[in-house]
Amino acid sequence: MSLLPWIPHLTFAGALLSLAAGTRSATAARVTALGTALVGMVLVAIGAVNFAPTSGLQTLVDVPWIQEMGIRYHLAVDGISLTLVVLTSLAAVAGILFSWTVEERVGEFFALYLLLIGGVYGVFLSADVFLLFVFYEIAIVPKYFLIAGWGSTRREYGAMKLVLYSFAGSSLVLAGVLWTYGAGGADGFSLSALAEAATRLSHIETVVVFGLVFFGFATLAGLFPLHTWAPTGHVAAPTGASMLLAGVVMKLGAYGCLRVALPLFPDGFTAWQPVLGWLAVAGIVYAGLIALVQNDFKFVIGYSSVSHMGFVMLGLATGERAAVGGAVLQMFSHGVIAGLLFAVVGRMVYERTHTRDLTELQALPLHRLIPGAAGVFVIAGLASMGLPGFSGFPAELKILVGVWRVNVWWTVWAGLGVLVAGAFTLRVMQRAFFGQAGTDAAPVAESSSLAPLSLPEKTGAALLLGSTILIGLKPDLLLDWIMPALQSPAFHFAATKGGP
Amino acid sequence: MNAVPWLSLVVFLPWLGALLLWLWPKAPSGAVWTLSLAFSGSTLILGALALSCFDPSQSGYQFVERVPWIRTLGIDYHLGLDGMSLLLVLLTGIVAPLALIASLRRVARTRMLALLFLLLQGCALGVFLALDFFPWFIFWELSLVPAFFLIKVWGGPGAGRAAYTFVVITLAGSAGLLLAFAAIHGATGTMNFVDLARLRAEGELTLRLAEYGGTVPTLIFLGVLAGLAVKAPLFPFHAWMPPTYAEAPTGVTMFLTGVMSKMGVYGFFRILWPLFPGDLRDHSGPLLLLAMGGAILGALAALRQTDLKRMLAYSSLNHVSYCLVALFAAAGAVRGQIAAVEPALAGALVQAFNHGLSASALFFCVGVLEARGGGARGLNDFGGVRVAAPLLSLLCGVALFSSLGLPGLNGFVGEFLVFRGLFALSPWAAVAGTIALLATALFLLTFWQRVFHGSRSGVTAGAFADLDAGERAVLVPLVVLMVLLGVVPGLITGLINPLVTHWAASLPLS
Repeated sequence: MSLLPWIPHLTFAGALLSLAAGTRSATAARVTALGTALVGMVLVAIGAVNFAPTSGLQTLVDVPWIQEMGIRYHLAVDGISLTLVVLTSLAAVAGILFSWTVEERVGEFFALYLLLIGGVYGVFLSADVFLLFVFYEIAIVPKYFLIAGWGSTRREYGAMKLVLYSFAGSSLVLAGVLWTYGAGGADGFSLSALAEAATRLSHIETVVVFGLVFFGFATLAGLFPLHTWAPTGHVAAPTGASMLLAGVVMKLGAYGCLRVALPLFPDGFTAWQPVLGWLAVAGIVYAGLIALVQNDFKFVIGYSSVSHMGFVMLGLATGERAAVGGAVLQMFSHGVIAGLLFAVVGRMVYERTHTRDLTELQALPLHRLIPGAAGVFVIAGLASMGLPGFSGFPAELKILVGVWRVNVWWTVWAGLGVLVAGAFTLRVMQRAFFGQAGTDAAPVAESSSLAPLSLPEKTGAALLLGSTILIGLKPDLLLDWIMPALQSPAFHFAATKGGP
Repeated sequence: MNAVPWLSLVVFLPWLGALLLWLWPKAPSGAVWTLSLAFSGSTLILGALALSCFDPSQSGYQFVERVPWIRTLGIDYHLGLDGMSLLLVLLTGIVAPLALIASLRRVARTRMLALLFLLLQGCALGVFLALDFFPWFIFWELSLVPAFFLIKVWGGPGAGRAAYTFVVITLAGSAGLLLAFAAIHGATGTMNFVDLARLRAEGELTLRLAEYGGTVPTLIFLGVLAGLAVKAPLFPFHAWMPPTYAEAPTGVTMFLTGVMSKMGVYGFFRILWPLFPGDLRDHSGPLLLLAMGGAILGALAALRQTDLKRMLAYSSLNHVSYCLVALFAAAGAVRGQIAAVEPALAGALVQAFNHGLSASALFFCVGVLEARGGGARGLNDFGGVRVAAPLLSLLCGVALFSSLGLPGLNGFVGEFLVFRGLFALSPWAAVAGTIALLATALFLLTFWQRVFHGSRSGVTAGAFADLDAGERAVLVPLVVLMVLLGVVPGLITGLINPLVTHWAASLPLS
């Protein structure tokens, strides 16, 4: 059988090994971490090659764990979770490559990093809600230490805010799940048992519980107006951690909404749907406009993440199969692209120029000092703008197809969001890299000592750019997994809705 | 199917050239010249080859390549060539190498410029040949990237702002296109232009879009319209155009006006005409008014400019508007006017082609003047160029009079056909258009008089060289073509006649 269930544990083991290796030398810790992530990636690849898309979860392991409460250690995979597992493996490897220059307490850094990754893998593979919740908490705690210990701008504030929001969110989820378990009389925490219990709740209860669980998860997904932890957290975090935060941790929230909240409480979803859709489009446009006026390079990217996650939430809010599929694809796409953008800002630019202030960067002819970084950012920026040929395009297209069927005005606002995304990406690209373009005579000598891109940087960038272009040109690779999974009865809420 | 994917070669050879340049960072200037011109010129060679194998009696697509691409979204890699595409491929093949020569002559860092230019050329060709929205939109959007950098990096002092405005306004239009095609895809499951045109002809497309209910079908139409209107541009979506054309370096402006503005006009014919004939008919009144507004106001604005490049930019708005005037007038045709539809549509295409030739020639002439004048390009900075540089005056004069529509030169043919159709389709528009023609003549003659006549003054008072060999190489072919196509217009109208007949026949008459 598949090796997928071993991936979280392998990653946890790698965390311990890195910690141990760190006591000897920094390089040993780095190599151990990279090795762990690479082995994880290979196992994911083997699992992906052998994966036969079906509707419904394919159980990998299912053994009793805490029998008194019917909690099981149940890992399973379907096309949706596999997509996100693939994303996690990519983000893990790339994040380590872009963290190669971390010099303080390297062993600890990578141990926490891998602990986070292991937790994320676990969430995506859990079919038991209690187990999912445990992995979810494992993923949250290391974030605090990574940001507080290795971060920059107002790191204690950023770390504290992020963790408080995360815990608040997860306590809402827990309350909702326990309510269903108790009031509905479930015999366990498996998705199917809880779904069955949920049918025994009264309508009002369903609406309330859906609100608890959905908004609890949506906090982590950065749904407006619960997003405020995201920009500060992203900015405070060290590069590798911002990549993971934007790349995979925000996906945990969206995944929780899709895997737990929506299938368990379809009636609650129907009641909340208009609110969710409007919040999603508000987030897309609002965060985009804020990104348009930021003067800190990293804040621009931070707000752009919120804006792009708005598309994911919008896709989910339509409750329409095409759009939900698009939302999953958008999770993958945003994970790759946001990771790359944070890598450019934090690693390629900031570590060389020691500034993220756009006014200061504008005075530097960066496109000539670090042409590699400029090139990577231009391509990643195009991908982020949702240009066709990159993974964001098929995702947005599918989401929009669904949104048209549900609410025309959401479509119009989402269209505005697409435009704003183009504007802020272009603005930041122009100011950060091409501020001095055209003035060939500008003296380059004083700062011409900036190092060219190193091998880990190039490799990481190639990995992520390659992924977004591959999926942009061949989205079937993922859609062939995602769309059958959405045929499962669990996603009944996502039937093709009205309209043509 | 054909053994050799000719059309893919047409599109991707310029990109291959760009790739080679990218892989060769130390390329000496001479190699950059040879390589980029060879790959840029490949379009003309392949275009000529296609012309010789093209069957002009058919209205359908030829050399078709169609391969399934993204199964889950029903997207194919689909290229095809009809008379209109062939015309525009040939136009690209003529203008692009000349614009490239014009660009390379004046700059340092030729490698990056040539690389971006070839990228842009490939995008334009892709737009003219792709028949599925997905590849088409890739080329359409990707073209903004090289255009942005070509304008920004090699342009004038205000180029940064101009490039930003250009791209953001164009993106606004593209957002409309994207939304509209998402809706179409949701309703029909396909975004293939050919399949959609068939669905429309069967009446199926209108029915399915109507299922969205309310005003949504109109919104969809407006979305597509917005995307194309910005690119062409249709008045009042032209705000990006004068600063962009004025700030871009000469060679790039040649390509922008000669080829890229035709992408918008092409889209009107390839997408709006076959897919939304009903909506076009219903809105033809206001649209005609806008297009006519562009023609008249463009001419009047050109009359007021003292910067020659800006004057030509407004002149482009004026000339491209005639294509759209003809299109909208034809779309609103009623029974009994059908005979006028064919000349109007043929005129629009011929006008698009001819404007590409004359506008790029004129921008090049202004570039020559600018180079002589050390950056001066005001209407009043020159005088008596006719004496100082007789050859430049001769060639620029031909281009000016072609642009003005003098019989015997190519510009006349398009305008004649447009007006022949227009008089029957919409007499008031024809009258208004005649006024616009007068204004056009007025500003072009002002240009001619102030710059070329009189005594040598301003910049011209000092040493003023006539065209050198490189400049002749750019200008002479363009001018020869203007004369040739003015005398033998059948060379291009023969390519598009069956197509135009087919379009006219598919018109929904009320």
